[in-house]
Amino acid sequence: MTEPVLSVRDLTVAFATRRGLLTAIDRVSFDIGRGEILGVVGESGAGKSVTGSAVIGLIDPPGRVAGGEIRLGGERIDTLSPAEMRRVRGKRIGMIFQDPLTSLDPLFRVGDQIVETLRTHTGLSARAARARAIDLLAEVGIPAPERRIDGYPHEFSGGMRQRVVIALALAAEPELIIADEPTTALDVSVQAQIITLLKRLCRDHGTAVMLVTHDMGVIAEAADRVAVMYAGRLAEIGPVASVVRDPHHPYAVGLMGAIPTLSQDADRLSQIPGAMPRLTAIPPGCAFNPRCPKVFARCRVDRPEPLPVGPSRVACHLYDKAARAA
Amino acid sequence: MSGQDLDTGDIAAVPQPGAAAPSRWTAFRDSDLLASFLRSKLAVGALIATAVMVALALAAPLISPQNPYDPAQLDLINSNLPPIWQAEGQAPFYLGTDDQGRDVLSAVLYGLRLSLIVGVLGVLTSGILGIALGLVAGYAGGALDTLIMRIADVQLTFPAILIALVVDGVAKAAFGGALDVGPLIGLIVVSIGLSFWVQYARTVRSSVMVEKGKDYVQAARLIGLSAPVIMVRHVLPNVTGPVFVIATINLALAIITEATLSFLGTGLPETMPSLGTLIRTGNRFLFSGEWWIVAFPGLALAGLVIAINLLGDWLRDALNPKLQ
Amino acid sequence: MLAFLLRRVIQAAAVLAVVGLIAFSMFRFAGDPVNQIVGPDTPVSERAEIRKSLGLDDPVIVQFGRYAGDVLRGEFGISYQFRQPVSRLLADRMPATLELAFCATVFALVVGVLMGVYCALRRDSWLAGLFQAVSLVGISLPTFLTGILLIFLFSVTLGWLPSYGRGDTVRLGWWTTGFLTASGLKALILPSITLGMFQMTLIMRLVRAEMLEVLRTDYIRFARARGLTTRAVHLRHALKNTLVPVITIAGLQLGSVIAFSIITETVFQWPGMGLLFVQAVQNVDIPIMSAYLLLVALIFVTINLVVDILYTVVDPRLRLPAGKAA
Repeated sequence: MTEPVLSVRDLTVAFATRRGLLTAIDRVSFDIGRGEILGVVGESGAGKSVTGSAVIGLIDPPGRVAGGEIRLGGERIDTLSPAEMRRVRGKRIGMIFQDPLTSLDPLFRVGDQIVETLRTHTGLSARAARARAIDLLAEVGIPAPERRIDGYPHEFSGGMRQRVVIALALAAEPELIIADEPTTALDVSVQAQIITLLKRLCRDHGTAVMLVTHDMGVIAEAADRVAVMYAGRLAEIGPVASVVRDPHHPYAVGLMGAIPTLSQDADRLSQIPGAMPRLTAIPPGCAFNPRCPKVFARCRVDRPEPLPVGPSRVACHLYDKAARAA
Repeated sequence: MSGQDLDTGDIAAVPQPGAAAPSRWTAFRDSDLLASFLRSKLAVGALIATAVMVALALAAPLISPQNPYDPAQLDLINSNLPPIWQAEGQAPFYLGTDDQGRDVLSAVLYGLRLSLIVGVLGVLTSGILGIALGLVAGYAGGALDTLIMRIADVQLTFPAILIALVVDGVAKAAFGGALDVGPLIGLIVVSIGLSFWVQYARTVRSSVMVEKGKDYVQAARLIGLSAPVIMVRHVLPNVTGPVFVIATINLALAIITEATLSFLGTGLPETMPSLGTLIRTGNRFLFSGEWWIVAFPGLALAGLVIAINLLGDWLRDALNPKLQ
Repeated sequence: MLAFLLRRVIQAAAVLAVVGLIAFSMFRFAGDPVNQIVGPDTPVSERAEIRKSLGLDDPVIVQFGRYAGDVLRGEFGISYQFRQPVSRLLADRMPATLELAFCATVFALVVGVLMGVYCALRRDSWLAGLFQAVSLVGISLPTFLTGILLIFLFSVTLGWLPSYGRGDTVRLGWWTTGFLTASGLKALILPSITLGMFQMTLIMRLVRAEMLEVLRTDYIRFARARGLTTRAVHLRHALKNTLVPVITIAGLQLGSVIAFSIITETVFQWPGMGLLFVQAVQNVDIPIMSAYLLLVALIFVTINLVVDILYTVVDPRLRLPAGKAA
């Protein structure tokens, strides 16, 4: 297998607070290959967005990467200096935020924002950058781009703005795009268009995507593989078909059970009892043990490590064959 | 957080105004407000400094070596003495004397007293005026509201000191010639009152507008309470926090305004000097080397205003957690 | 946009009319104008004559109309103290005040914005702490004390700068300027700092608070994620967004600078309109007082209008077609 575009090993992110160190991300590992879309799912506060911010090096103080390593195209990037990391952002890793309404600077024309990004990362002349910006706007499906390029963000609708944001993220042809809830703030009718667009662009450019979302529909639609996060830890990661149709981790089972499908009776949607623990009160052992329907003694003591189960890796003692055999 | 605690204190106080005092005090004692105050060293320092200055000012007649307002106590032999730590300094003139032999320390203490009195009276005047106009504007609405708030808008375009100067000048023109010290103080207080009422009026008015629609006011109206009673009993307690903040900050502004008027020569006379008047007269001696005549009144004024401003800043932040 | 401007112009005219009414009332009712013209032993018949010739027997509304007409022609009556037309006295003094106010505003804006930006970007540095402390003192210290302190330091103790007057001035038509001579420029320094100090601290606090707010916005995070240089993020995007609200306040402060020059001009014996006004108040010279009041109102109202227009120029969101701008 070729080298993955992004390789994250034992990533740990901690926030220094008045009450001590809070571990927001706890030893998370995953890879994303070229042209692959990895969906990252979980409830709010599970650490999905923080993982994305950690990869692009934009964790706000008092947070910091406390352990593990992040490699981009084989090169370690979590140890880069701020100036070097700045050159990676936008150039090799693009990012798309949740709310297109607030992602663009309201005082600058969209064209100027694209040109500025292009010229920061490439040697393009102002004129060439403008031509490229028009191409980019056309590519993300903005009608009459040569006219719209001089518009201000407030003159675009939400969906159109998210297209501009995608154009900005793609401007310098990055190897990886981190899309943090790219459709959450959009109308349902626009969501599908944006996902389709993102999928097509990444296939065409061979860009790897880390798609952070809590919307399982988006994952099922767009992702190749999916990672399920719970309380800052990775619960299960595997091909989307396997994780969605045949999840192993009890939390993933519960999560998938909560997706409405047409074939299923709507009022039999399952719900996971209880709530995700706060970062200050993660129980010992498996973080999911207080809510788990299949909990047993070991879950309250030992933290499970992700182990291969079929094509997936699952962090659950239920699948620890060695231990069960013993 | 502290705001929440304060709010509950206020709400608890609304239905039973009679029983409010003890519960309000307990609420205050147990609230984050006190804790946040004790945490802020700057605020504690400012409070102590303010308290010391107020105490000194109030005790001025008892502790001053001299009554600087009494010409009989001044002796030209003692004129232009430097502070005690310089070679020519003499006890009991610890901070030196001016050209008329007036003890600077005494003058500062009496001046501090006068500045504080005028400032407090000015704040009271502007507060009462502003609260009353705000209540009326908010409750009456309509043309009266428009009129009051337009006047407020127009007035806000001018700095307070200009308004105070104009009021002062016009009043002098109207009364013609020199006024006695008493009426003069009254005039300055009124000038300050007319310059600073707008903020209170706006705050109170907007609060009245909010409260007016609430059920309990409607209910009070149904059981036959008259409008003034409803406003004073039910609406006023809700604005005590903001009004108190405005009053604290305005106290500093009022003291500065009085000092400025006196400095400009339109305030208190030299026979009964406030800190501003002292600085005005002392300013003349800056070039002849008698720096202490202006320095100590200046220090006292600056210290007083900074301490009060610090208190006001802290109070505003503590009462309004959103404005960090 | 046009409707918006029109509404503003009407509001401005209304404010001026109200101030005009106040100025007229002062002029007419505060003290008998006849007494200011004649001596105490003028016979009653002559008084009546003068009264009639001045039109003081006409109905008040007619008098106000005449007053308004005079004012519009730039005639504000005769000063009681100087026995000269007030308009000429004011015109003579105006250059001094405007030059002082201009320098004070430049000082306040440049130093205030620089210190504010520094405090926002290096929040925890000792210099930012020092600036904060200076701002507290600056906002607390009465203007005249600042002036006296500066005079004591730079004129009395060090002997570097003059403590009063404008120095040598050059006459350009009816305008006298201190900008063209070394002594004129030196004389401007201390009064400008004194006058600008309060505004400077105000602007600094405002810029700091506003910029901290802006730095937390999504579009700044996104600008970082695009890999823009720290310089571009801070000084292009953050600063421009910070300055939008600051412009309003700073612009409105310009009016107070002119009004506050009353105090500074007294401290430095600066031969401007403010000093003239203070002398007028001391000597109950009503024509000068009412004219000054009107002039300051005119300046304030004009500045407010200009600020409103400037605001729409800087913020594209306000440049909506008429009707939508609400």
